Amino acid sequence: MAADPWAGILRGLHGDRSDLVPALQRAQAALGYLPPEAVRRIARRLKLTESEVFGVATFYAQFRFTPPGRHRLRVCLGTACHVNGGVQMLETVERRLDVTAGGTTADGEYDLERVACLGCCAQAPVFTLDEAIYGQMSVLKLQGILDARAADA
Amino acid sequence: MPAPPTLERRRSLAERRWRALAASPRPVVYVGMGSCGLAAGAGEVHERVQAYLREREVDALVVSVGCIGPCYLEPLLDVQLPGRPRLSYSNMTAELADATLDALLAGEVPKRHLLGYLGNGAGGGDGGATAGGEAAAPSATLDAPRFADHPMLAPQVRIVLRNCGIIDPEMIDHYLARGGYRALEHCLATPPEDVIETVKLAGLRGRGGAGYPTWQKWRFCRDTEADQRYLICNADEGDPGAFMNRSLIEGDPHAVLEGMLIAGYAIGASHGYVYIRAEYPLAIKRLRTAIAAMRKLGLLGERILGSDFSFDITVKEGAGAFVCGEETALIASLEGRRGMPRTRPPFPAVSGLWGEPTIIDNVETLATLAAIVNDGAEQYASRGTETSRGTKTFSLVGKVRRTGLIEVPFGTTLRRVIDDIGGGVAKDFKAVQTGGPSGGCLGEEFLDTPIDYENLAAAGSIMGSGGLIVLDRDTCIVDTARYFLSFTQDESCGKCVPCRVGTGQLVGILEAICAGKAELADLDRLERLAGVVKRSSLCGLGQTAPNPVLSALKYFRDEFVEHIVDHRCRAAVCRDLVEYRIVPGKCTGCQRCVQVCPTGAITGPRAEAHNLDPEKCIKCRSCYEICRFDAIAGDAIVIHSGAGNGD
Repeated sequence: MAADPWAGILRGLHGDRSDLVPALQRAQAALGYLPPEAVRRIARRLKLTESEVFGVATFYAQFRFTPPGRHRLRVCLGTACHVNGGVQMLETVERRLDVTAGGTTADGEYDLERVACLGCCAQAPVFTLDEAIYGQMSVLKLQGILDARAADA
Repeated sequence: MPAPPTLERRRSLAERRWRALAASPRPVVYVGMGSCGLAAGAGEVHERVQAYLREREVDALVVSVGCIGPCYLEPLLDVQLPGRPRLSYSNMTAELADATLDALLAGEVPKRHLLGYLGNGAGGGDGGATAGGEAAAPSATLDAPRFADHPMLAPQVRIVLRNCGIIDPEMIDHYLARGGYRALEHCLATPPEDVIETVKLAGLRGRGGAGYPTWQKWRFCRDTEADQRYLICNADEGDPGAFMNRSLIEGDPHAVLEGMLIAGYAIGASHGYVYIRAEYPLAIKRLRTAIAAMRKLGLLGERILGSDFSFDITVKEGAGAFVCGEETALIASLEGRRGMPRTRPPFPAVSGLWGEPTIIDNVETLATLAAIVNDGAEQYASRGTETSRGTKTFSLVGKVRRTGLIEVPFGTTLRRVIDDIGGGVAKDFKAVQTGGPSGGCLGEEFLDTPIDYENLAAAGSIMGSGGLIVLDRDTCIVDTARYFLSFTQDESCGKCVPCRVGTGQLVGILEAICAGKAELADLDRLERLAGVVKRSSLCGLGQTAPNPVLSALKYFRDEFVEHIVDHRCRAAVCRDLVEYRIVPGKCTGCQRCVQVCPTGAITGPRAEAHNLDPEKCIKCRSCYEICRFDAIAGDAIVIHSGAGNGD
């Protein structure tokens, strides 16, 4: 992260309301989440109230208001994943990493999210770890992947 | 109007390059790198292929292509040796890629995982030349089938998917060589009214789900006085279980973008937006690459191809809200507000983005346009049914043998799609879910229904955007209804009380049924409440949210009753109603389940039948999986529901 990420986040924004969602996306991409300062600065730049900015930010599932973990685990619970055991995949991760969906592990290593659909339905059930997509999962395969990572750490 | 020389020159160059690829003096290796391919391990295969070629100093070309459709065969690897056709191999792994390349380079044609040779455009369709297609004499000398004759591909008619899996989606030259942007040139030389007329003749209806006639929307927009009009490509594909748009954009972004130019020209817009889910990073990347390439060739910006038409396209990433697939919510989101729908009229075609006339078309609608212009409206309209013309793409997933993305003419029966294209269901077909969270489950009696907008609606479901999720006897209908309702409850924007609170109430009743804690009178409550939510919600999300419950109750009521009265889930899915059991006669005492059980619920010495303590069992499925797939006994652990000893 650059010393002052704000220059990059706010560059090219000129008080046009349609820039709000992209501004929030940029802030989150640079900072990992939206701290109160982000809401404040974006509101000032776009000439909106902080409550308006916060209201928009909380509407969308993409935005988070707490610092993220180092890695991002997402378990897909789309329809195809659901009927192929997606819930058990989610519970396996929750149990192994001692974290609930929407939370971060105590050591800050993993965020766990449940997503509605990643669009890889033919490979269901699916989960992603950062940029990697894993398909045709089973409880045991998933445990194997998590255990291998724990062993490497 | 003749195209400016730059595009013509580029096209002939592109055609030469495309032919050269087919007749390449070097081997060409194609790897299917769509998201589904990547989920199946295409990334490793791609890396391995490159390492292989480097280590053995083979001078070959590696091309990344999109998904051709049969996702269950991923990762796909195609190899085309000089003077030979492009051979397609399925279910690749890094090791298998090595062995396959070894054999091929040694002059053999390994049969393992061979799907066939590609040529003449996989799956029929426009019959355009595939690289590696007609260049070499195929089956007589080769003893390999045509990939296009594969049972999943043969019954399809690929118009929208004409290029997917064939071309490199990041190469505008590939798109140009296959007739890309000819339709745009043609349109720019005719009045916009004629373009609208062509789309009317083709009978094209919006592919986002509602099926509104595309030309009519366009007409309203064009007829509204305004200085500024907008076109929005709706790529906010939020239906769980549907991935047509993702695959199409990943595999052939220019088809969508050319469609945007045609639509923009027809309605008189000067700016277009692609509103796409942030969950589709690869599709977003491909769009940006494609847009940059278009700009270089003068296909975007001022006076496109020397005409009076100026148009530009901006990609806007959605921020994760299903309701933004609804057009007024989508507009609110683009304007930087909470994505909440508003009342219509005024319809966006009259007053949309920033109050200006705005057309929102689905990805697939737009990708169809160039084909309609090129092949002629009559040709397009000759397929399909009286009310639903042309073809439709579907994501065929769930418990069907062959899963993937398909395209068939309207009027094709569900049976043909599920049995012939999908290869049937391994364990007794139960239902097919269409239309996602707004649709319904249709049972056996609807298998011979020809798919079109009206027929699916009459059956109590909807066409929706094209998700077809096949359910078998291991899927619980009540649980599926609960699943969809909890999805819509999560995604309700909260504006209308009946939707915000009503979906929550519906979920509550369904959860009670799944837990065996409901009474029969709850079924009437469900129906009554579902009716209220349908009638009193503002937008499509709330109006259709109860459909999964209503259709399930209508066609599978006995399963609901069974949950309530017998506390039995016949699919053994509803967790509170199932129990894991060890079948003593089958258990060989191999101890694998003992090792994987996270709670120590299974005990017993080696070589003796084990015990499972139901008090400690958390129903995590580990023992079931290891017994089924890994152990000697095979199926000594059963998941059982209801009275009796199980199967």
